[in-house]
Parts: sequence; C-alpha cells; structure tokens
Amino acid sequence: MSSQDIPEENLPAVQAASHAEHEHGAVGVADEKNPFADPGLPPHEHRVQDIDERAAKRSERAVALMFTLSMVATVAFIVSYVVIPKDKAIFVFPIGHLSALNFALGLSLGLALFLIGAGAVHWARTLMSDEELVDERHAISAPPEVKAKVLADFKQGAKESAIGRRKLVRNTMFGALALFPLSGVMLLRDLGPLPGTKLRHTLWSKGKLLVNMNTNEPLRPSDIAVGSLTFVKPEGLEEDDHEFQTEIAKSAVMIVRIQPDEIKDKQELDWSYQGIVAYSKICTHVGCPISLYEQQTHHVLCPCHQSTFDLSDGARVIFGPAGHPLPQLRIGVNDQGYLEALGDFSEPVGPAFWERG
Amino acid sequence: MAAVVVLLIALAAIGGLYSAVAPTGQAKADESAQSLTITEGQRLYSVGCASCHGTGGQGSSDGPSLVGVGAAAVDFQVSTGRMPAATAQGAQIPKKRNIYSQAQIDQLATYIASLGTGPSVPTEAQYGPEGADIAKGGELFRTNCAQCHNFTGHGGALTHGKFAPDLEGVAPKHIYEAMQTGPQNMPSFPDTTMSEKNKKDIIAYLDAVNGDDTVEPGGLSLGGLGPVSEGLFAWIFGLGALIAVAVWVAARTAKAKKS
Amino acid sequence: MSTTPNTDARSSREKAPAGERVADWADGRLGIYSLAKANMRKIFPDHWSFMLGEVCMYSFIIIILTGVYLTLFFHPSMNEVEYHGSYIPLQGQLMSEAFNSTMHISFDVRGGLLIRQIHHWAALIFVAAMMIHMMRVFFTGAFRKPREVNWLFGWLLLVLSLFTGFTGYSLPDDLLSGTGVRFIEGVLLSVPIVGTYLSFFIFGGEFPGGDFVARFYSVHILLLPGIMLGLMVAHLILVFYHKHTQFAGPGKTNNNVVGMPLLPVYMAKAGGFFFLVFGVIAVIAAIASINPIWAMGPYRPDQVSTGAQPDWYMGFAEGLVRVMPGWEINLWGHTLVLGVFIPIVVFPLVLVAIAVYPFIESWVTGDKNEHHILDRPRNTPTRTGFGVAWLAAYFVMLIGGGNDLWATHFHLSINAITWFVRIGFFVIPVLAFIATKRICLGLQRRDKDKVLHGRESGIIKRLPHGEFIEVHEPLSQEALHTLTAHHQYEPAMIGATVDENGVERKVSGAEKLRAKLSKSYYGEDSQIPKPTAEEYKEITSGHGHH
Repeated sequence: MSSQDIPEENLPAVQAASHAEHEHGAVGVADEKNPFADPGLPPHEHRVQDIDERAAKRSERAVALMFTLSMVATVAFIVSYVVIPKDKAIFVFPIGHLSALNFALGLSLGLALFLIGAGAVHWARTLMSDEELVDERHAISAPPEVKAKVLADFKQGAKESAIGRRKLVRNTMFGALALFPLSGVMLLRDLGPLPGTKLRHTLWSKGKLLVNMNTNEPLRPSDIAVGSLTFVKPEGLEEDDHEFQTEIAKSAVMIVRIQPDEIKDKQELDWSYQGIVAYSKICTHVGCPISLYEQQTHHVLCPCHQSTFDLSDGARVIFGPAGHPLPQLRIGVNDQGYLEALGDFSEPVGPAFWERG
Repeated sequence: MAAVVVLLIALAAIGGLYSAVAPTGQAKADESAQSLTITEGQRLYSVGCASCHGTGGQGSSDGPSLVGVGAAAVDFQVSTGRMPAATAQGAQIPKKRNIYSQAQIDQLATYIASLGTGPSVPTEAQYGPEGADIAKGGELFRTNCAQCHNFTGHGGALTHGKFAPDLEGVAPKHIYEAMQTGPQNMPSFPDTTMSEKNKKDIIAYLDAVNGDDTVEPGGLSLGGLGPVSEGLFAWIFGLGALIAVAVWVAARTAKAKKS
Repeated sequence: MSTTPNTDARSSREKAPAGERVADWADGRLGIYSLAKANMRKIFPDHWSFMLGEVCMYSFIIIILTGVYLTLFFHPSMNEVEYHGSYIPLQGQLMSEAFNSTMHISFDVRGGLLIRQIHHWAALIFVAAMMIHMMRVFFTGAFRKPREVNWLFGWLLLVLSLFTGFTGYSLPDDLLSGTGVRFIEGVLLSVPIVGTYLSFFIFGGEFPGGDFVARFYSVHILLLPGIMLGLMVAHLILVFYHKHTQFAGPGKTNNNVVGMPLLPVYMAKAGGFFFLVFGVIAVIAAIASINPIWAMGPYRPDQVSTGAQPDWYMGFAEGLVRVMPGWEINLWGHTLVLGVFIPIVVFPLVLVAIAVYPFIESWVTGDKNEHHILDRPRNTPTRTGFGVAWLAAYFVMLIGGGNDLWATHFHLSINAITWFVRIGFFVIPVLAFIATKRICLGLQRRDKDKVLHGRESGIIKRLPHGEFIEVHEPLSQEALHTLTAHHQYEPAMIGATVDENGVERKVSGAEKLRAKLSKSYYGEDSQIPKPTAEEYKEITSGHGHH
C-alpha cells in the first residue's frame, strides 16, 4: 500500500515514538550488571486497518460477507431439510455414496456456524484494537491480618457452638452422620439378585439336542465334515424367547470335526463323538464369542483380545490373556441318530470369577 | 464370407465344448466330451500342480491331497490366483492375478472332480441375488463369518500373520465356493450345516453392505474398521483442523510496517 | 430520537438508556457491576495453545446440546422388538428398543443421523482435546502453584469423560458396544471377593439381562455430565481467578498478565471460536461416518466381529488387557483372575500418576512461590522427559489395543506385535525419557550459544588472514531477555548429618529420595547453566577485538 494519503501522525514510526513516552510496564534497562534485563513491553505497532480506512473497509466488508453467507447457509439448511427425501443417496467424489440429506444438512449447518465464527474472529483480528494491555496480578494468599481475623472468628464460632466442650453431642452427631449413609447402601441391594450358582449352569443337560444356529434343525454326525465349523444352541431355546440373550450368552457352542488321531487330549477324545468336538463359544478371558477357527492348525482365536486355544488339545490356551481352557461339552448320539449333549458343562463357561475355584 | 462361416463354426464348437464342461457333475454331460476334458485337465494339472500335489493328486509334503476336494475348490483356488502358489510362501497364500482361462480352469476342475467326489462349482441360481433374504443373511453373516471377516466383510487378523481377507470385490461365486470348501485355514460351511439358501442370503447381504453401490449414509466409511480408524480420523482431521483454526484465531494480525 | 416533550424532559433529567436500566435492575439484585468491574476487561494472553481448553469446553457444550436432542428420540429400553424401519438389511430382525430407536434416529428422523454423528465425533474430539490440553499444561509447567487444584479438576474431568464416553458408546446396544459391555462384565467378575456380586448388581442379574441400557442411560445423561458440568464451571472460575499464565517475554513478568481484554477482543475471539469448533465438527459429521450401528447389527451375546475395539480413549486399557499374560491363580476354592485384574488396576494407576505429578514436583523443588510464567519444555528436561515417557507408554499400549488392525494393515503377525508391546511397554518409555532429556539439553545449549554469540545470519565473511567465518548477529534485548528469563533450581542437598554437638542425626529415606530426585531434575546432567552476565560481557567485549 502507499502511504501518500495517510496523515503523517498516523504513520507507524510517529506512532511508535509517541507511544514510547507512556510505555506500560517498562521493567528494566540492560546495563553492565544485568545484560538480560527485561526491556519492557515493545511499542505497539499498527496494522494496516488501523491507519488505512480503505483496508479497514475491506475488512468490514469481509466480515459482513461472512455473516451474510452464514445466513445463506442457514436458509440452505432449512431448504435441504424440507426438500431432500431422507432416503435419497448421492455420489460425492471422493467420499462415495452417502445420504444426500445428511450431507446437505451437515455442510450447510457447518458452514453457517463456521462463518459466524470466522466473521467474529476476523472482526476481532482486524477491526478491534490489538493493543496489548497489562493486568497486574495480586497475591492469592490473604494478608496476615485477614488470616488472623478469620482464625479468630472461627475459634469464636467453635467456642460458641460448644462442640469442644459438649463431647457427647459431638460424638453422637458424628455417629449419626456416619451411620445414615448405610441406608443408601442398603437401597442398592435390590439392584440385582445374588449370584448363587447361576454362573455354573447353562441350559445344556443330558439329552438336549444340538440345534444348528443356521437352520434351526438338529444335527446328525454325518452333517459335520472335517474342517467345518458349526454353531449350535440347546434344543428348545428360540430367538424370540424372553431369556434368549441371557441364556445364549452362556450356552453358545461351536462344533468342529477333527480326525480322531489328531486329537491329543484323551478326555477331549472321550467327550467327542467320532472326532466331533463341542466347545463353549464363550472365551474364558472376558467372554467374547470366540470362534476364529483355523481349520488346518485347529487353533481358535478370540477377536477381542487374541487369546488362542488349541481345539485339538483340550482347548489349551496357547497364546493371549485367557487363563484357562474353553470348557468342552460332552456329546453323543441319541436313538434317532441326532447329536445330543450328555450333560451340562462340567465347569462354568466364560470368564473366571472369584468363586469359580 | 468364408471367414465369417469359419468363425461361426469355431464359435459354435467352443460354445458346445463349454456347455459340455461348464455344468460340471451334471448328468447330461456327454461321456466322451467329459473324458476329453479330463484328459486336458490332467495335462494342465501335471504342468501347474503336480509338483506340489503329487502326480495323481494324492498330495505331498508341499501340498495337500486333492482327492475329494471337488470342482468348487479348484475353481476358487485357481480363478482367484491363489493356486498355483509361489514356492516361497508367507503365513498364507495370497490372492493374485489368475493366469488360466475359465475353460482351462473348468478342465482342471473336471479332472480333480474325477479323482473323488466333492462340491461342484455353484451355478448362478445358487449364488445369484434372486429370492435372497438380506436380513437373514446379515444374521447368518454375524453368526458365522463376521468373527474373522468383520461386520461388513472388511477382513481381519488371524494368528501368526494369517488373515481373513477383505471380501470387497470378491465374486459371489467365489464367496459361495469358499464357504463350501473352506480354503486354507478357513473352515468350511458345507450344505449339511449351512444350507444353499443360507449361503445365498449371506452373499446377498454382503452385496448390500459391501458392494459397489453400497450407500454409507453417514459418509466416509473409514475402511469400515470401527473405532480405531474413527479415533485416528478424530485426532488427525478433527483435532488437526481445530488446532489450525486456533492458530489462526490466536495469531497476531500482520503489522502495517511489514506490508 | 424524536419523542414527545414530556418524555424528553424526563430522560434528560433521570432516564438512562434501556440497556442501562436493565443492567441497573440486575445490579440491584445480582450485583453485576462489581462482577463486571473485575472481569469485563479481563486480560487474556494470545497463544494458540491456550485455546485447546476452549476446544474441550466447546465440544462439551456441543455434546450436551446434541445429546439433549438425541434423548428426545432414544428409548433406553432392552425390550425386544422387530425392526421395520427404512434400512433394508435389518428388516424383521429382533433387536432391543434401544437399538431400534437408534436406527430410527439414523434413518427416519431427518437430521437425526447428523446429530448422532456430531455427538459422537464431538465426544472423540472432546477427549482428544482434553489430552492435548493437559499435555500443554504439563509441558509448560502451568500446573504449578497456584494451579494444582485446577489441574486436579481437569484430571477429574478427563477421567469422568472416559466413563461418560464408555456408557454412551454402550447405549445403542449394537454388536460392537455389546461386546464392550461384555468385556466390562468380565472385568467386574475378575475383581477378587466381590466381583461376582458387582456384576450381578450392575446388570441386574446375569449378563446381559434387561437392565443395563436403562442404568447406563441415567449415568450417561444425568449423573456424569452433571458432575462434569459442575467441575467445568469450577475449572473456569479458577482460570478467571488465577488469571491466565503466559510465556516469558519482554514486559511479561510473574506479576502481570499481558494480552487482550475480554471485552471486546476475547468476547469475539472466544465466542467466535465456539462457532468455529461447532462448524468444523458439523462438517466432519457431514462427510465422515461414525459408529454405523446398522452395519454392526443388534447385539447378540453369541455373535462378534473381528476388530472389536473400544473408542480410542479406552485403547490404552484395551492394550493392557490384550497384552497381559493369562495369569490365573486357584487357591482354596477361589480364583484370582490376575490376567484381567492387573490391567484394570494398572490403568487407573497410570492415570493417577498424572494427577499427583504436580505435588511430586513441588515436593522435589520445595518451591513455595506462585508461578505464572510458563516454562519452555526444553528448560525442564526431566519433567519433559517424564511427560514424553508417559506418552510413549500410552502410545505403545494404543498399538497393543489395535494389534489386530496393525497386523492386517502392515502385514505383521499379531503374536509378534503383542510381544513387541509387552516388552516395549517397559523399554520404550525409558528410551523416550533419555532421548527427550538429551534433546532438551541440546536445545538449551543452542539457546545459550544464541545468547552469547548471537543469531547465525547466514552471511559468510572472509577474515584478513583467510579464515571464513559466519557473521553472528547479536540478539535484540527482547530476545536476550526471553531466552534467559527461566529460573534454574539448585539441586536440594541432604542437610548436615552431624549437628554442632557431633551427634549424628538420622537421614530419613524420604529425604534421601528427595535429594536424589532433585539431583536428577536439577543436577549438572539435567540442565545447562544459563549464560551469566560475566560470560556475556566477556564474549561481547571480545568480539570488539576482532
């Protein structure tokens, strides 16, 4: 910019010079003794907008433009809300297919808000004074006489209350105050039933058929191929049962078939049926439905915390934070040739707990 | 004119050959065409596969037996480029460019199917979208598949560097075959435990949530990976943008002297 | 203004403008003039990093506003219903009312998805901003007297936000959040002696039961935000009361604060910043999907997806749980689930380390003075080292918390990453501490050189005898002062162990520890002595001879 039409006294050099006279907070002058002394606040320098009215006008117009565009964006928001059907999808590069309504509402709302903020900040930065001011701090601690007065007042009050002298009043009051929260604690008792042995039992019991989750049909041993993975639930448990979620949380079971000669654990083999083994699907770490079965290694991995179990070796933990093997469900075949459970799990399924033992 | 006639005859011949081999395992296949295809397949097999899987498909220390794996397994492995595998294998044999024509794959498949019965290559009627229940497919997917392949099939990690691949862009036929045959460490989901209809539903669900035209109502799906990518996005673009704005808000306006 | 002579006469005599009359009315009842006297022209220093706290406050306000909107549509119930909304791939699926109503908000309430996404994005940004705001306060030493209490308020806000975030994440009852809630069940069960009871009380019986959404709801929308709002107000009052800290510079002392007045500059800047933050988050919510519950499906305890992670701010805890070995002790018919219990004890301890840090440092320095001038991180190498070490541990655990995604995206083995994190958690913070301290000392040396020898000007000059030198420009008085304004402590020594009568006194362990810590903070290896006036004079006068 040219400085031709700016009055001379408005030029920065002149301003700075006149400013230096009433310099605020000049603290020290560098001298021999203290070459790093605080020279005090540097003189205030002007922005273009302070000395050139045309620049200030430009800033004003910019701010006004932002506020105006914000209004336009709000109108766009209202129009979008009314006009765009909620199930309309559009393709926006590079985002992809998305909801037109969400995109339009979000952008217009975002712009309307952002422009208000940008306008206000631009206003503050270019048109409001940018001269730095100084505030003095004051000690936070009270002066000694105030402190003395407070302490005296407190002593006086304490004395008048007689709390120190009438110990019986004091002690019984403390007793009452200490006891009454117990009623609040008592009220929490009915948040839930006592655990009892609920964590030890599932819906599985002798003779319950293994029902395929996919088809809702019982399974025959011939249905289960080596290398396959099948999820089953106990016979009689249906998805729309009231207790379905709570029951399936314990009784979900996965079935795999391993060549009997590859099964290393003797009990596992005993509890299997011709190499068909049924294990709890609930991880013994914190209860995720574990089921990332690798059919070649017979390892099953938990997707939550990567506990890894070897299904060919009694579901032994071979990696990760789980503390004990997955419980195995003992299975056999009933008279009609369907796979059935030969009893409940012999140990609690899912995460360990204090009473598990 | 003669050239056109020759071309038409040639096309008809190829078409006839194709229709003979394509519906593998179907009864109407002509005996002699079948045996011809098997011979062709065996030739391809001895060149590309026998070094690992043995001359008669009986397997070796380098590759499993192929007796009874069925045509579906061959079609999946070869058309996704997983087979023939490179000799130096990592944790898992990856998908790569397929080097066989569909006709050659069919010949190979017919040959392997002749070694022992196994799942045949599915037809469009089996994996196509008609009559599929997408919602049921979603439920089945979350029960059987999501634990490895993620909610919408974006893949996930297995032990020791193995992984369940991203299912984006995988052909429905190959998804069907993978479920049927259980390639590599993936367990199989045979028709006896997961019905044909179940598989069709799953494929239709995947197409709905991970297809080319899938709508992500909220915008960028960030890989469909859940909170980790969301957290990264919030830090980099959310907080990053806000810090940039804060720098602008707090910065001193340029002074007149410098302009 | 033209008015009737009657009112004109009145106004000239007594009547003030309307605004003033309202203010008078309020002052007579609320004493607003006295309040405004102290605060209306309150000075705030300008620095971008001082606005990080505002990002927190504004995203919190945005969360409250959008959260209130969401409560108008959300049904905190776990009753089972069948879905019949507009999203095709879930038609006819059984789900809880909580999930169903969240689907309704996302697909059938116009703008509902936008508000949900703003709410969730703002939550992620809120916690991220708190972390980074806290880093700013930590690395500049703004937590020192008199601001320790405010540090604790801020810390409490962070901790509460983790719980608020987690309970909110659990409300839609989708497959991902349900998996997270089940994790909480496992964590509760791992608590010795009372764990099983805790779990039964919180879930109203066995997991998942039918209660937790409603219970988490009241915690998420009422209890925790209520406490947080109170804490935030207290935090702000203290910021006003203490007045803001500032970086050293010319004219800036420990007894003043230099900057812009609240009215009008900060009214506009800070007020405008609220809209800027809201605008940025709204745009993010317009273009980026967050927590697409329709893709995850309703919660079923027998289903799961790989990549099951908590929101990022729980990633540290998730990492601890993932990499912990599966220790389980069975004794006398009871099980001690150390594999889960240790991580959930370590997690709060790591947080508590942040909370108590100001008190440890003030004990080591023994400094009872108020500090309003901020430290540059390089001038406090040990503190900076501790901070970076903490961040390194945090980051290593974030890697642990996302080990499955690191494995798939960098073609690594999950097991290898887990082992890396197990070892790295102990090793990397130590390395980070050492490296940071060295870098800080290097920067201190450079500052000292700059003060003594001036700034490198980039001009190469050839001396008469042929030597080439780079001309150094002496620093301005402002820069000289700024670079030497920091205070350097002397390491605390153990006092005389033998008194004047020759009786040996016992040196307590605490005293020895303090001396040791003080040496590591302020010993010769931990700070470069500031240039002294003598050194400066010697060198500058020496320059004259050249």
